[in-house]
Amino acid sequence: MSTDTNPGPGITGDAAATDAKQRNKRARQVLFGCAAFTVLTTLAIFFVLIDNAVSYFYGARATEMIFLGVEPQSAVGLIEFLNVRELLAGEARWAPEHATPSHNAWPIIFGTLAITVGAAFVSIPIGTATALYVSEYASPQVRSKLKPTLEVLAGIPTIVYGYFAIAFINPVVLGPIAGLFGINIGRYSMLSGMLVVGIMTIPMVSSISEDAMQAVPDDLRNGAYALGATKYDVSVSVVTPAAISGIFASYILAVSRAIGETMAVTLAAGFNANITANPFSEIMTMTAYMVSMARGTSAIGTIEYQSLFAVGLVLFCMTLVMNLLNDWFKRRFQEEYR
Amino acid sequence: MSTSEDSLITTEVSSERTGRSDRPDETVLAARDLDVYYGDERALASVDVEIPEHKVTAIIGPSGCGKSTFLRCINRMNDQIAVCRVDGDLSFHGKNVYDDDVDPVALRRRVGMVFQKPNPFPKSIYDNVAYGLRIQGFDGDMDARVEEALRGAALWDEVKDQLDSSGLDLSGGQQQRLCIARAIAPDPEVILMDEPTSALDPVAASKIEDLIDELAEQYTVVIVTHNMQQAARISDKTAVFLTGGKLVEFNETAKVFENPDEPRVEEYITGKFG
Amino acid sequence: MSDDSDRKRRPDGGTATERNRGEELFADIDLRREHLKNRAFLGLIFAASMFGVVALALLLLDVVTDFYVGITEFEISLIQFFTVDGSRRPENAGFFGAIIASVMLMALTAVLSFFVGVGAAIYLEEYAPNNRITRLIKANLSNLAGVPSIVYGLLVLAALVNGIGVGPILLAGSVALALLVMPIIIVSAQEAIRAVPDGVRNGSYATGATKWQTIRQVVLPSAMPGILTGTILALARAIGETAPLLMVGALFVNRTPFGPFDRFSGMPTQIYAWAAEPSQHFIHLAAVGIVVLLTILLSMNAVAVYLRNKYETAV
Repeated sequence: MSTDTNPGPGITGDAAATDAKQRNKRARQVLFGCAAFTVLTTLAIFFVLIDNAVSYFYGARATEMIFLGVEPQSAVGLIEFLNVRELLAGEARWAPEHATPSHNAWPIIFGTLAITVGAAFVSIPIGTATALYVSEYASPQVRSKLKPTLEVLAGIPTIVYGYFAIAFINPVVLGPIAGLFGINIGRYSMLSGMLVVGIMTIPMVSSISEDAMQAVPDDLRNGAYALGATKYDVSVSVVTPAAISGIFASYILAVSRAIGETMAVTLAAGFNANITANPFSEIMTMTAYMVSMARGTSAIGTIEYQSLFAVGLVLFCMTLVMNLLNDWFKRRFQEEYR
Repeated sequence: MSTSEDSLITTEVSSERTGRSDRPDETVLAARDLDVYYGDERALASVDVEIPEHKVTAIIGPSGCGKSTFLRCINRMNDQIAVCRVDGDLSFHGKNVYDDDVDPVALRRRVGMVFQKPNPFPKSIYDNVAYGLRIQGFDGDMDARVEEALRGAALWDEVKDQLDSSGLDLSGGQQQRLCIARAIAPDPEVILMDEPTSALDPVAASKIEDLIDELAEQYTVVIVTHNMQQAARISDKTAVFLTGGKLVEFNETAKVFENPDEPRVEEYITGKFG
Repeated sequence: MSDDSDRKRRPDGGTATERNRGEELFADIDLRREHLKNRAFLGLIFAASMFGVVALALLLLDVVTDFYVGITEFEISLIQFFTVDGSRRPENAGFFGAIIASVMLMALTAVLSFFVGVGAAIYLEEYAPNNRITRLIKANLSNLAGVPSIVYGLLVLAALVNGIGVGPILLAGSVALALLVMPIIIVSAQEAIRAVPDGVRNGSYATGATKWQTIRQVVLPSAMPGILTGTILALARAIGETAPLLMVGALFVNRTPFGPFDRFSGMPTQIYAWAAEPSQHFIHLAAVGIVVLLTILLSMNAVAVYLRNKYETAV
């Protein structure tokens, strides 16, 4: 409010009103700062990951090169990091902390992808079926018990799932099965990781898919029932297609969560980076590698330490793509049903 | 809902419908002493009615009088509502549809329905029409049946070049005709219509009215409407429900609108009440 | 009408009344297969729904069994467990330091995330114009909610622990947790603020209040129960988070921290340290720790549900 115009007393107000307006303006600025802080967080994540990953690839951090004029040197290099020829030849080895280090990241990328795909095979069918049951078939009484149970499943910390894997799934469930194939299962196994991450992500698929199914108007169900459709017809050929973009959003979210999952995977699948088709063998995901580095004692500035950020960057980018995809599906669904 | 216009129009009961009216009435649907309760609330009270084949029967009455409830009893759509309870007899070709051995799914394949708000599936126009046939396991010439149903719903010429586009892209009136095509594609005997034009503009509504007239050649049509002019224009028989779920008059449309037996019906029709 | 040759027309051409009366009325509609399909499908999806329930039951059963075995066979003393810090030797190990560290972590996380989170929610709900920057903030928020928790640990590791050089202290851990739960707090606070009816706001504006006065004196008080519920649920999520604390360096300590600038290991990191040990004694210590952690989580959720129900019925 400018003070040099004078439109008369009463409306532009006295000192108290001006003061209140000033305060309103200041509050607005502070609150905007709070909201902008979330954007800063993202930028900081990008900055830290890229800055340190550059050091892994070029021997000096991006900031050191720009501000201190440090010359880039050949360090690991992207080609070594993602060497496809070694991958195809079956020689890819991820062992940055080894006496003869090797920096081909494919084994741990494989580990992450294997767990993610395996978990999706558990969570997607079971989560979708659960959503259909809760949304279309279950009586109100059953629904009022099943939904909170699934919420409990979603609220259990990942470390507890990790414990479940190492203390129960792997030794009690998978051990005897592996024994049938004559395999002596170790402390960790890929299948254990797939199962436990699959179980963890069931509630994500089921609750978001169910929300989408509930958003399908009853008019459509009635239209189908009036044509002599059974509940099966309505569920499969009306509700599911109508809710499909919301259902896909839930899949993406579950996959994204599986990619970034750390503690359960670490305690279930282990620390042995290798590309294998044997579900009972130990593997290592990108996140498990990061935990193994946290357990170790790599000094700052060493190549092992920097590798943490290169791997973190790959992880972050993978989940970022998933999150953007999820957003896209969510928006599409909201456009269809307002 | 009742305006002075209503009473002006009421005299114009269609006389060109005599060709259909001359036919002897064969009863398709008959309600005897039909009661419906929603929880403790009585929605229909001792309804007796006989609905003739291949004619248009209109059900009119003020809001909340139970006319939609009655309609939804016929194809047992009320089964979807947990608190709904039906007593008495509602027979389709002499068979009580509430008998234990009647499968509501089978019943609904004989008795189609069109709803108040157009509710096409979020699928292509073609798939909308084919839906009923597909779930009923039809394995003949689907294209021909879809075309026939769309022609029957007077929609073919407007959509024949865009059968693959979404049913939701059509205008409201077209969507409702698509829903009619969807209902007639599996070739039911009876078509129930629950205020099918109330969500449409007058031009679209009049197209649907013309269509209903044609449908009666092949199907038995039962239509709920709160628009008395519409009932007078398109129906052969009219049932009047008044508050409390009671059927107070059921007769030839001309009789109901020109010389009703019940004074309350006359009051309702001339707009003094309702 | 088009060609009728392939149609299952009524055989007699229409006079249905002569045709099928009574029992045979629906005889030509055979729905047995379809009802069978419906029932089989129901059986299938019901079994699938039970998978999650059974998994949860097995998980809880496993933890409780191991807890019981730990107390009986491994003679883990609960008194010692609650009063002694961690140790390299399982028979001397306790959970006291981890519990204290987690309580301190939670308090600091609450302070660090609450004000900024609620501030951001107020801005987005009350002030934000519908422009590019607002859309960016909102899109970024939903992305942040999907960032793996371990990445927040990496951020704090590089920026605070080693960048500024504070070392692996408790404050650094709570910064990571605060960043992690910030999106959750913002979204739940937004919902609580949105739930305040506009009539309440207009009543305040009509007395000549500015936007900020309206927010502070009218909107925030009525949204506060919802905001607190959301915050408690977010903190319940934070207290179980392990990965960010590991990255910050919360693995090498097992004593009670003196304050926010001391090194630490929280409940989940201590559980991880025990669970990762090959010794069965340590595994059962982990089970006892999990029972404690789940009990605390359950209480926090109960408080949140209680708050929600209390104020939902009041409104």
